[in-house]
Amino acid sequence: MTVDKLCARVAELLRTYPPATTDASVFHRAQFDAGLAWVHFPEGLGGLGLARDLQDVVDTELRAVGAPVNPAGHVGIGVGMAAPTILAFGTPEQRSRYLRPLWLGEEVWCQLFSEPGAGSDLAAVATRAVREGGHWVVNGQKVWTSSAHVARFAILLARTDPEVPKHRGLSYFILDMSAPGVEVRPLRQITGEAEFNEVFLTDVRMPDTARLGAVGDGWKVANATLSSERVAIGGDQARRESGMISKVAELWREHPEVRGAAVHDRVMERWVAAEVFRLTGARLRQRLATGAPGFEGAAMKVMFADLAQSISLLELELDPDAALLYDDWALVRPASVDFLSRGPGYRYLRAKGNSIEGGTSEVLRTIVAERVLGLPGEARVDKDVPWKKVPR
Amino acid sequence: MKIPVGSGPVRLSLVESEDEESVRTVVRTLLADRCASDDVAAASDGRHGLSAPLWRSLAVDLGLAGLLVPEEAGGAGAGAREAGTVLEELGSAVAPVPFLTSAVIATSALVHLMSAESADQHAVRDTLAAAASGGSVLTLLLPWSTDPSGPVFTVREEPDGLRGEATPVAGADAGTFLVPALGADGAGLWLVDRAAVQVTPAVALDMTRPLATVRLDGAPARLVVRGPAAEEAVRTGLLTGAGVLASEQVGLAQWCLAETVSYLTVRRQFGRVVGGFQAIKHRLADLHIAVEGARAAARYAAATLADEPDDAPVAVAVAASVCGEVAVRAAEECVQLHGGIGMTWEHPAHLRLKRAVADQVALGTPVRHRARLGGLVGIVPDGECR
Ligand SMILES: Cc1cc2nc3c(=O)[nH]c(=O)nc-3n(C[C@H](O)[C@H](O)[C@H](O)COP(=O)(O)OP(=O)(O)OC[C@H]3O[C@@H](n4cnc5c(N)ncnc54)[C@H](O)[C@@H]3O)c2cc1C
Repeated sequence: MTVDKLCARVAELLRTYPPATTDASVFHRAQFDAGLAWVHFPEGLGGLGLARDLQDVVDTELRAVGAPVNPAGHVGIGVGMAAPTILAFGTPEQRSRYLRPLWLGEEVWCQLFSEPGAGSDLAAVATRAVREGGHWVVNGQKVWTSSAHVARFAILLARTDPEVPKHRGLSYFILDMSAPGVEVRPLRQITGEAEFNEVFLTDVRMPDTARLGAVGDGWKVANATLSSERVAIGGDQARRESGMISKVAELWREHPEVRGAAVHDRVMERWVAAEVFRLTGARLRQRLATGAPGFEGAAMKVMFADLAQSISLLELELDPDAALLYDDWALVRPASVDFLSRGPGYRYLRAKGNSIEGGTSEVLRTIVAERVLGLPGEARVDKDVPWKKVPR
Repeated sequence: MKIPVGSGPVRLSLVESEDEESVRTVVRTLLADRCASDDVAAASDGRHGLSAPLWRSLAVDLGLAGLLVPEEAGGAGAGAREAGTVLEELGSAVAPVPFLTSAVIATSALVHLMSAESADQHAVRDTLAAAASGGSVLTLLLPWSTDPSGPVFTVREEPDGLRGEATPVAGADAGTFLVPALGADGAGLWLVDRAAVQVTPAVALDMTRPLATVRLDGAPARLVVRGPAAEEAVRTGLLTGAGVLASEQVGLAQWCLAETVSYLTVRRQFGRVVGGFQAIKHRLADLHIAVEGARAAARYAAATLADEPDDAPVAVAVAASVCGEVAVRAAEECVQLHGGIGMTWEHPAHLRLKRAVADQVALGTPVRHRARLGGLVGIVPDGECR
């Protein structure tokens, strides 16, 4: 489909459902059913089977006329991680059951991967799923689970075979967060709020139809999720001077007292870095348009974390009096992260998580070095050892 | 505040097209055959002889001298994207040829004048035709560090001819100088024959791009254009030059990264391949990330110069600011991570280091570009912000 035809389709949607007079949820359902939700998804599942970067065309057209913004965009785990994984590994039933409410934001998703004993070494997860007839029974503890307190479903990585080496004994499931035995407790962060949680799983029963991919293939499925995650984290800043740099630029333009010749170059350095990040993301997306996300997503994510951290630190330095204050330490449990509506202290503190969540920058640098540059792998002491024999 | 155009999602292609890739392959093949590092190093010993025949092959056999010259004026009619691709390869090989100074900067200035009514079209077209055929080499008479918004008049137009001096001028082994000059009648752009000027070669940090002091003592000159178009043409040349110099820097940085990775995958110490140590892996991963960022910036700069000129000043300032620094860092890492061999005259790393450092200053330092960029996007050091 050409860009013209795609724009015509958007125009048709806007004609049938004028945003000014249409309820946002009605508009979004119509957008999904017209295949304009994520154009790279197949027809019938919110897409048109087009190149991924053509979604920008749709979003730009919609933004231009002030159409309502898709609410699912705020909850990155569903759209950014669960959806591509369900698309890649789900059965037709799973795809048609989950993708629509996921995109519409009617059902929020969370990611039950990390555990107290398995963070960077994700393949070491100890949460057990044991088959009982047509069901699986799950026991274990997950941690750092963002949005678990508002989630309807989770993507879950669990150990189904402890007798084989760690990567081979995992399976991947869709967990119903309302099932008996799922307990979610808030974990307070350095920002004061509790965006993430601990999740305790005690004798939770799941049907076998909740499995995504084959038994024992969990690592392969999880890797698809992680590379999508890194693309989602790294790759969606479409406009120039958007994101964190917008705050610094705004501060500079509106507050003459923060300006100084010496700090000007540092502000421009960050401005350039933000623009370079935007262009690198655009180039990556243009390349991805022809295939699946690759390991370059890891590179983008490292770049993003460095950028967010250096910009938010500079923002504090620019406005020293504001830097001494904090907007609110109250323990709230937000449904999503919003860097821009909070104060500079929050932005700085929250940005520290950017180099930890979704794979730490250290681990991602190792991935880039090995998978992109072809440098030798790390020493592995646990590679061929059955999981249950690895000391921990 | 309205941020300049291009502030929506990036629509221009930042991916190499098939045409660009075929240009790349041809240039790369020729350079592999004709521009080995030993030959390049010889330039620093004052043993010339490489650059003239190499340039003839690139300029005439491959037609690169006329790459940016429109077909109607005897060239290939290509744009900044193709020029950027060529420069990635020339930067990778640190080829000592005047492609950037003659076929990009001086040529772009003249091509700009093809649509200027006030310009002497015979002078413009004759000069472009001669340059496109490889018959003559041009250079713009300005200090090589001049940025696209820097001062461009170092020469005066006097009743008895042009007078003044520019130093250090790159590509000063050119046969024809394109000279911006200020006189009683305002700005003008002139053509001056090499025989009419005094050229004193300098000992350059980067001997692969010869520098010289050029003096004009009442030199006879042919007028190309007078008035505002003269300065516009010069600035177009400088902007195009700075925009595609970024690609040269990316090519150079990529060479340094690839060379270092391949050396460290065979070099063993402590019973292990050195490239397997995590401290090294992470440094190289960071360098890769920086190079990919620089590549995207350079491609965007070239794309805007070709297809979205309104956004080119911002795009070029961004690319020039980042690519110069990345190239220097890549070359420094290349020297450091080769150990002792990286410090030798024999190893080709130093050629890249010297070119990278010189390139970072050429056509404006990163700090200058960022200062200029601040003005373009309404973030200025003091006074009113837009
Ligand atoms: C804000 C936030 C939100 C999160 N949300 C979720 C979520 O929704 N779902 C979920 O499953 N997880 C989530 N996480 C967890 C996150 O993925 C893990 O914290 C992360 O993978 C690191 O694991 P860890 O905390 O166990 O640290 P560790 O793995 O113990 O790492 C400790 C330090 O050692 C370094 N390190 C570890 N291994 C290596 C190595 N091989 N080489 C070099 N350095 C190494 C790390 O980089 C780090 O600096 C979230 C984390 C944060 C901060």
